Amino acid sequence: MRPVAIISFAQAPSKRREAERNEVELLMPVVAEAVERSGIPKREIGFTVSGSCDYVAGQPFSFVSALDAVGAWPPITESHVEMDGAFALYEAWVKIQTGQCDSALVYAFGKSSMGDLPAVLNLQLDPYYLAPLGVDSTSLEALQARMLLERGGASERSLAEIAVRVRRAAKDNPNAQLRGDFEIEKLLAEPYLASPLREHDCPPISDGAAAVVLAAGDLARRVSKRPAWIRGIDHRIEVQALGLRDLARSESTALAAKKAGVPGRRIDVAELHAAYTHHEPILRAALGLGEDVVVNPSGGPLCANPFMATGLVRFGEAAMRVQEGRAKTALAHATSGPCLQQNLVCVLEGD
Amino acid sequence: MSDALQGIEPVKSITTPVRLEYQFTAGRASTRFLHGMAEGKILGQRCPSCAKVYVPPRGSCPRCAVPTEQEVEVSGKGTVTTFCIVRIPSENLAIKPPFVAAHILLDGADIPFFALIHDCPFDQVRMGMRVEPVWVEKAQLAPTFESIRYFRPLDEPDAPYESYKEHL
Repeated sequence: MRPVAIISFAQAPSKRREAERNEVELLMPVVAEAVERSGIPKREIGFTVSGSCDYVAGQPFSFVSALDAVGAWPPITESHVEMDGAFALYEAWVKIQTGQCDSALVYAFGKSSMGDLPAVLNLQLDPYYLAPLGVDSTSLEALQARMLLERGGASERSLAEIAVRVRRAAKDNPNAQLRGDFEIEKLLAEPYLASPLREHDCPPISDGAAAVVLAAGDLARRVSKRPAWIRGIDHRIEVQALGLRDLARSESTALAAKKAGVPGRRIDVAELHAAYTHHEPILRAALGLGEDVVVNPSGGPLCANPFMATGLVRFGEAAMRVQEGRAKTALAHATSGPCLQQNLVCVLEGD
Repeated sequence: MSDALQGIEPVKSITTPVRLEYQFTAGRASTRFLHGMAEGKILGQRCPSCAKVYVPPRGSCPRCAVPTEQEVEVSGKGTVTTFCIVRIPSENLAIKPPFVAAHILLDGADIPFFALIHDCPFDQVRMGMRVEPVWVEKAQLAPTFESIRYFRPLDEPDAPYESYKEHL
């Protein structure tokens, strides 16, 4: 395996609604900042790959117009995944492994405020039997949360404690959308959105963007004082039919973690794509993270959820802690699909 | 067909209606351009790095990937860089064929844009032909591209090929 590292990261502060700028205008300063921080001249970056979703953007081929933010001249080698940018990062890592390039720019963007995100997410379900029922993402997540609660893996109170903890942590994150001190009793007195989930159990609707630059071995060492090395990375998916999965556990996360070398390794900090409070105990169990591991010090997706960039932000936040020397080993996780259907796990480490 | 489905009428389609609504954001550059349309002006933006002028502007230079903020008004006079005569009707097309669709490079702009050409026999439309916009009545001006009805020929000599060959 070629050693590959995250060498820079930039993100736009998440907002409930970015009413003034379109996607290109939102993305451009973020891409420029990540490239500048990487220390690699833009034209020397060997590969560009993005993650976004036309159903979120509400227009076909929105990733092509987004290239205006990158400057595809002279023509560049480019790719796109209709997934969170974290999965674009995985493609970039594979591309670097093949030896076709030594560096890659990865970016992601999403303005979910423009449409109705829970309704948009209905369209990723089975189109014959499930999607026509109109079931939305909040309802499906509530099914998963109910299963976890019934199994004794969490309580409504322990889930509310997670919301309080991450919103407090987000007070130090200028890019977070929700932050502050909240009282558990007040949160638990709120009505259900979809029982057992209340508003604090669900992520906010956010508009945002993020970008990361990857570099291989010698190049990473030359341009970065402290690269965040990818020691292991793996992506696993489970079946589409929700009824065939044990929703209270995440087998795909556990397997990806094993392949990425998580078991037996001391992890200082983990940035998890836990968009709902009940995701955190499920992911902690699957990843084997003890109570001593700091989870989502940025506040995580419950405090800023720029859909399609949320997972990439986890990679950036985790890498930043390694690059700044605040953590020796960090774990980054990203998910896609309903109820943690697919999971990407990565171990990042300083020298 | 397998034995299990013998004598059973095949299901050829099911209807699963999908309706999604969006509230778009034109963006800063397009908002300026569209407000210009409502005033009968064509506004572009100049790249601070390569100095190219983009009409309509999208807020960035797609070559340099830098924000374009300097606004430039162009007169509307321009040159046909290429064209085609459309004779086939299309389901979603408001205009009845035949019509002339052209790429027009406005004077002062560095990127041609797509527009219709009228007031001219089809066999006289040509590359290099000089044209000008025909706007809707003043009371009808609105923040839409449709404020320009079409382009018509100008009584000017053709632009030399050299002047637009970079924009084909």
